[in-house]
Amino acid sequence: MDDEPLILAFCCHYCAYAAADLAGSMRLQYPNNVRILRLPCTGKLEVNYLMAAFERGVDGVIVAGCLEGGCHYLEGNLRAKKRVGRARQLLAEIGLEPERLEMFNLSSADGPRFAEIVTTMAERLKRLGKSPLRPDPDRLQQNVQEMSRQAEALLAGDKR
Amino acid sequence: MIVADRKKIPEIRDMIQRHDRVLLVGCGTCVTVCLAGGEREVGILGAALRMSLKLAGRPGVVVDECTIERQCEDAFIDILALRAREYDAICSLGCGAGVQALAERFPKMPVYPGLNTQFMGILESQGVWTEKCSGCGNCRLGEFMGICPITRCAKRLLNGPCGGSRDGKCEVNADMDCGWQLIADRAEALGTVDRLQTIVPPNDWSTGLDGGPRKVVREDQCIAGLGPKA
Repeated sequence: MDDEPLILAFCCHYCAYAAADLAGSMRLQYPNNVRILRLPCTGKLEVNYLMAAFERGVDGVIVAGCLEGGCHYLEGNLRAKKRVGRARQLLAEIGLEPERLEMFNLSSADGPRFAEIVTTMAERLKRLGKSPLRPDPDRLQQNVQEMSRQAEALLAGDKR
Repeated sequence: MIVADRKKIPEIRDMIQRHDRVLLVGCGTCVTVCLAGGEREVGILGAALRMSLKLAGRPGVVVDECTIERQCEDAFIDILALRAREYDAICSLGCGAGVQALAERFPKMPVYPGLNTQFMGILESQGVWTEKCSGCGNCRLGEFMGICPITRCAKRLLNGPCGGSRDGKCEVNADMDCGWQLIADRAEALGTVDRLQTIVPPNDWSTGLDGGPRKVVREDQCIAGLGPKA
């Protein structure tokens, strides 16, 4: 685990999260160093979520939303696309490679595509190396668990 | 409202990196509305600066965040007074007035600007703000059909348009409307084109910034003996 890049994937409940589930059901192999955070829609994503992820030391972030034109909330994924663009600009200003963050679009039926996205990102991050902001492994695990809890709390809040 | 945009991260980092504890202070008024210096932007900038400082070899610098309702008024800055003692420097995400109000309130503390204050303007469309007022101190919008030639004509002509007006656009920039075309069109719509026949005399610029910083005093509102706080 320590040598593998840690990837955080912000996944839309309606597509990428289901696609990840499908990839599992299909017994598809993909790197296991990805941690999935479920969002009600990628439109829920804020730039500060992405900054928080990198500040806590993850090596790369995937934002996975519905196909363009197919958002359950009409245009949440298009908003996310712009926010990801802004976050990438900020990463460049900070001095981190913007390629560590990318948005992908897929449908809930795209299990193989989900596996492919994670594989692509894992390979890219291996090439880029670990994030220079990465803390020690225990701390990193704690950070990711904390983010996961926060994401689930957000989701629970949205259901109320 | 006052419109501003954020300085680049390296510029802000270079200003603050000699300090050990820095408080980022956002403003809940104009710069929140123009998405430059409100609570959300302070959060984003805080994380970005901490990362940038770490990468620049200054991981020990503490960058904390807070946002007050209005930076340009001492009463609102009061709530910062106790907290500010814990820091070596402040980086303000307010407009230039906010930065200076903080500097006056905390005379022994360096205060740095995180934003570039741009202009007084309005929201043209989501994410787009345009300049509308130069704050010249002598509003003559009544003479110009509610469209300011001082702000919206690149040459500040009071008797326009000039020869550089082409198809309603300014010669300075093809994307910029000719202010005088806008004035003429609006005069036509209002049926007041005849008013544009009058030659406007030269402006009195003494009410503007050229005479030094200005002050507005309302004697009836002043409370004797209450000066700025130490």
